[in-house]
Amino acid sequence: MNTNLECVQPVSGEEFEYSYKAEITNVYPLTRMEKLYQIQLVDPMERERFIFRPGQFVMLELPGIGEAPFSITSSPVRHGDLELCIRAVGNMTKFLDRVGRGTRVGISGPFGTHFPVEKMEGEDILLIAGGLGIAPLRSPILAVLETRSRYGQVDIIYGARRPSELLFDYEYAMWRQFDVGLDIIVDQAEPGWQGPVGLITEILKERIAKGQTDRFREGTSAIVCGPPVMFRFVCDLLIAAQVPVEKIFVSLERRMHCGRGKCCRCNIGSTYTCLDGPVFDYWSVLNLKEAI
Amino acid sequence: MIEEWNKVHVVYVPAMEKQAAASPDWAPGWCRLDSSSIALTFPLPIGPTPASVKTFFFPQPETLLTYTLENNHPDKGLMREPERSRDMQVVLGVRPCDARSVLLNNLPYQEDQFFQANRQRTALVGFSCDQTLSTCFCTRMGGSPLDSEGLDLALSRTEDGFLIEVCSEKGEALVADLELAPAPESDISALAARRNAGGNPSATELDSLKGSELGTLYDAPLWQSLGEACINCGACTFICPTCYCFDIQDEVVRGQGRRIRYWDSCMFPLYSLHTSGHNPRGQKVQRTRNRFLHKLKYFPDRFGPFSCVGCGRCVQDCPVNIDIREVMDDLIHLTAVE
Repeated sequence: MNTNLECVQPVSGEEFEYSYKAEITNVYPLTRMEKLYQIQLVDPMERERFIFRPGQFVMLELPGIGEAPFSITSSPVRHGDLELCIRAVGNMTKFLDRVGRGTRVGISGPFGTHFPVEKMEGEDILLIAGGLGIAPLRSPILAVLETRSRYGQVDIIYGARRPSELLFDYEYAMWRQFDVGLDIIVDQAEPGWQGPVGLITEILKERIAKGQTDRFREGTSAIVCGPPVMFRFVCDLLIAAQVPVEKIFVSLERRMHCGRGKCCRCNIGSTYTCLDGPVFDYWSVLNLKEAI
Repeated sequence: MIEEWNKVHVVYVPAMEKQAAASPDWAPGWCRLDSSSIALTFPLPIGPTPASVKTFFFPQPETLLTYTLENNHPDKGLMREPERSRDMQVVLGVRPCDARSVLLNNLPYQEDQFFQANRQRTALVGFSCDQTLSTCFCTRMGGSPLDSEGLDLALSRTEDGFLIEVCSEKGEALVADLELAPAPESDISALAARRNAGGNPSATELDSLKGSELGTLYDAPLWQSLGEACINCGACTFICPTCYCFDIQDEVVRGQGRRIRYWDSCMFPLYSLHTSGHNPRGQKVQRTRNRFLHKLKYFPDRFGPFSCVGCGRCVQDCPVNIDIREVMDDLIHLTAVE
């Protein structure tokens, strides 16, 4: 009888796709809710070959709990020695909050598009972060600082809810050493806070009022990441200050499950945040519906 | 013929009644032919089968990985490739619209090893439609009730039996050892003539949607009324042969874990809800619009063809009578006015 069909080679002949084996090597509490996890790929060869660009994300896998996307916070020169800044807010992140160093995890990726910092060489850069938006922005910040001489003026504007919720506050002094303009603003002051209080747009307005418009027009790239409500206000101000639309880059957030454009849930129109994002230039954002 | 296949392969036919979810190789809406049964016949409904064939390509659920979480186990937390059935399965009674849906779903799943493995082990034996239902609109979507696209064997009724068309290597293997009479020339030419006579005049009409501006479609006034009518039950997405989105969860039972992938629906508010509480498609109207525009605009933008085969299941089963054909008409009208 007909046994020809058994000759059809099953797909298992090809390599089965696993995530990289990795280990949490250190956990640093940053604030009440957020922690910085240092995660290292176990295999040194894989670690070396793991190349990512600032703004990309990885899928972090916890056996028995699940898999979720996190943007990489560390500098790209560190390859597979990753740092992820994670807020304990959902099912998986609350579990992560309880685990310590030595926990085995899986890493797959890197996925998505990146901030084109190499194309910004010779230009001024304005980085604007709101709240947890500093997590994906720390990677381009560090990448720019490592090759600081190639860029013009570098400014960082960072807004948080309260002074106690400021992330990476131990690094600010180091950033400033690299001739970086760092402005920090909080929504609510706490005892001991001497900086400005208000919304991030106020600092930006001040900057624009200081007469930087000419500089903006001549060659400034802006990188923006923050809560969804922040994008429109900040980007409108930037456009009014004549920063070209195609030089404003935003990192958008969507719920994702597969990271490969199959599960469909991160779509913004015909683009998928996992494949065509998370970094979009503002020109595309304006032409997409429901993006922000 | 079916008898011979049943000896070596797992054969599924459309189920007429609701069966219990019992065996592991259970496929909802389809029943497995029992090798002991004498009567190897099955009823084939007019129009599409109640359940689409996507259940064979995206099983509910598909196990992606397995692992153990037992303490002291040397492999604790290590991911393993799941055991998967490699048995050939033959699906009988597939309609041309469903066969096309497999090809459409293949576009986003080109590199998905689970989907491709399921495609390799599944042979589709299709029957062309002599009669169509009032809800069928495959000709509008560029298909045809006599099409053999995507099938391995295509059967069409002739005066005194069936004309079998072999459409793939798998199909060839299925009929290789059977003693079948060669088809008379007259039947072959008759089928070709029927196919030519069909034509699809309105396919070009729909093509205007592909070139139209997203903004025009997105801001169309009809979404508001559609969104208000829709109750977000998700029925359309589960019965749709070309809906392919999924959710992934880890499931642990007594220390043995597996990661599974199962169907999800973009009609549910939780589908796009962020952990932070923000939801980019929090409103019903946004979700309804997303589903239709994904089929008619986003998918063609990315892959070319429309993500709809015109089986009409959603038209039949929608509890509030939303009809995708009316949506298309309205959108075409809208783009024509522009």
